[in-house]
Amino acid sequence: MATPLDPHAAIAIEAGGVDGPLTTADGQPLNRALSRASRKARWRAFMLVAPLLLFIVVTFAFPIGQMLYRSIHNDGFAANMPQLSEWFAETEPGTTPDEAAFAALARDLQASAEARSIGIVGTRINYEMPGTRSLFTSTGRKVRGGIEPPYREALLEIDEDWGDPSLWASMRNSSTAYTDSFYLASLDRTRNVEGDVVQVNENRRVYIMLFLRTLWLSALVTLMTFLLGFPIAHLLATLPLRRSNLLMILVLLPFWTSLLVRTTSWMVLLQQQGVVNDLLIWLGVIDNGGRLKMMYNQIGTIIAMTHILLPFMILPLYSVMRTINPSYVRAAKSLGATSWTAFRRIYFPQTLPGLGAGALLVFILAVGYYITPALVGGASGQLISNMIAEHMTGTLNWSMAAALAAILLGGVLILYWVYDRLVGIDNLKLG
Amino acid sequence: MALPTYATPLERIWHWTYLVICTLIFILLIAPILIIIPLSFNTEPYFTFTKDMLSLKPEGFSMRWYDSLMTFGMAQPGAPRDAAWFADMWANAKWVNAAKNSIIIGVCSTILATVLGTLAALGLSRPEMPFRRLIMATLISPMIVPLIITATGLFFFYSSACVPQGSWAHSILRPVLSNSGCLANTYLGVILAHATLGIPFVIITVTATLVGFDQSLNRAAASLGANPRTTFFRVTMPLILPGVISGALFAFVTSFDEVVAVLFIAGPEQQTIPRQMWNGIREQISPAILAVATLLVVFSIALLTTVELLRRRSERIRGVTPR
Repeated sequence: MATPLDPHAAIAIEAGGVDGPLTTADGQPLNRALSRASRKARWRAFMLVAPLLLFIVVTFAFPIGQMLYRSIHNDGFAANMPQLSEWFAETEPGTTPDEAAFAALARDLQASAEARSIGIVGTRINYEMPGTRSLFTSTGRKVRGGIEPPYREALLEIDEDWGDPSLWASMRNSSTAYTDSFYLASLDRTRNVEGDVVQVNENRRVYIMLFLRTLWLSALVTLMTFLLGFPIAHLLATLPLRRSNLLMILVLLPFWTSLLVRTTSWMVLLQQQGVVNDLLIWLGVIDNGGRLKMMYNQIGTIIAMTHILLPFMILPLYSVMRTINPSYVRAAKSLGATSWTAFRRIYFPQTLPGLGAGALLVFILAVGYYITPALVGGASGQLISNMIAEHMTGTLNWSMAAALAAILLGGVLILYWVYDRLVGIDNLKLG
Repeated sequence: MALPTYATPLERIWHWTYLVICTLIFILLIAPILIIIPLSFNTEPYFTFTKDMLSLKPEGFSMRWYDSLMTFGMAQPGAPRDAAWFADMWANAKWVNAAKNSIIIGVCSTILATVLGTLAALGLSRPEMPFRRLIMATLISPMIVPLIITATGLFFFYSSACVPQGSWAHSILRPVLSNSGCLANTYLGVILAHATLGIPFVIITVTATLVGFDQSLNRAAASLGANPRTTFFRVTMPLILPGVISGALFAFVTSFDEVVAVLFIAGPEQQTIPRQMWNGIREQISPAILAVATLLVVFSIALLTTVELLRRRSERIRGVTPR
């Protein structure tokens, strides 16, 4: 048993022999003391992280949660038009509005006009059916002094648009504070008069096209960074360390340079009167009349984003390629493989972890890009982020911005989860 | 990368083609950044090389765009350059003010991000840490979530998170909040946002440093009688310091370069360099932007050098031999 020289002397076995529970020197059962100690250690570790976790929850997670809430909650109509909202709640979708409905509408319009909230109501319906805000504000001005029954005739006399079934469908869609209509709109869908989900008019379908364009451009940028990054990473990984460290600076300098600086320099280079066009003319590739338009379109977005995201592909590829043992390729060649076969069958498969990490990272970052498309993208190079910003600062349809952002966020988080599974978030490297 | 002596002619041709391709890609990487440096010394308001510049005549180059950085926004830019002129510049020049704001916001958010991030990284690299993976993923997420989403969320949050006017909290917090008692359009709001965005970089660099950290050093210090605080400041801190400093530099650069959140949550008072650049690019792009860009490139070269030196020092003192 425990001798004085035994390092485990603190643990004594009780008089009961081997069958008795192990205890510490001060008589507590060992397993309880151990679990207490490990609980304490877990608690200590957690307390170190807790301040930051709290900080991130308050300044990051909560605001995003608030944004998500806004994408399903908009009481601009329901709060200001209570009686009509109640009528909608009691009737089936597709019910023709009767005199009771018009009475509720008239009373709500009057109350809302007097409370000066008619603009909010009009704005809310305007999201569903563009061009209807003025109908609300102008009718509001007329009914402020009072409106006499029969309400249906009176309202139709003010503006016959009040009889429009699609307006009533829009009002029904907005009549609940919690709504899926912004998500439907994000997918170019809406509810028709019967309450069924249908596609919006062909000339108003923009969002699905924008989502697809974002995915397509991001995939293209990822492919471009792979094509440009792979040779560079391979060269850096096979050179002696001293020289590769020197060349690595050429990769890291763009990485450390301001995003706006890099975007600006591409704007300067790609202008029609810019350096690239001048160079091409000097080389005789194009003549002065045929200056290429490489900016304010998708080409500009692709070139600038590829350049900006290239380091994110090179760095993970490089760190994986450094670990690849060159003797495998030599072994393949000595067994009769050509250089191409050795590369395709032996070298390339070993680079896949780095390639996956780089490609996922570039794709995730590209999907949410805002600044570069906004500056060099023109009309055809805008991505979904730019549409979110447009709804935030231009049309002020914040619920729509929130719904689009929620869909984008969902996509990014799925990719992030895949990244964490495949690569592990700990392996993220910065230079 | 040298070719073996037994390489076939085809392999030789491919080898040289490959080197040419790599050179071209390196040029593509670095040229767009370097080309703006000579262009910023243009005498003309063009974004291309004039004949004088190409023939390297001194008349083709000037400092006028750098000068305009100082004079833009001044009350009397044409006055003789005496003490009053400098006072005017210091107070009114838009780019100077933007630089001041960028530095204030950058330094404060960096300190916040570094302190919180380093503590968290220490906790995360303890083997006992519960829910390690989930918490790590949460703390890194500000880097992954598109900036526009973060900015949108912060915009809603800052305009709703308000202290009621007239309350005791309002009278205490008055100096850091806006007139309406909200976080929107305040320095504090921008600093908190930028700290959030910088934290992932601090965590990544510091946890990377701690991977090679020998926990028995801490135990040795404790067994020699040091309390946890002494152990931290005398043993742990000096060893992880290079990682902490590079994390801090990353956080600073993130703040120094950030424009989307600033556009959404900052007021006209919090004009930063990137925002001033953004306005300049969107309205009327002039070579003055290139002068700023050149200064920023020089700044990033200095930062990159510092980080590289720190990385080597960290590898040396931790005894990690370069691969």
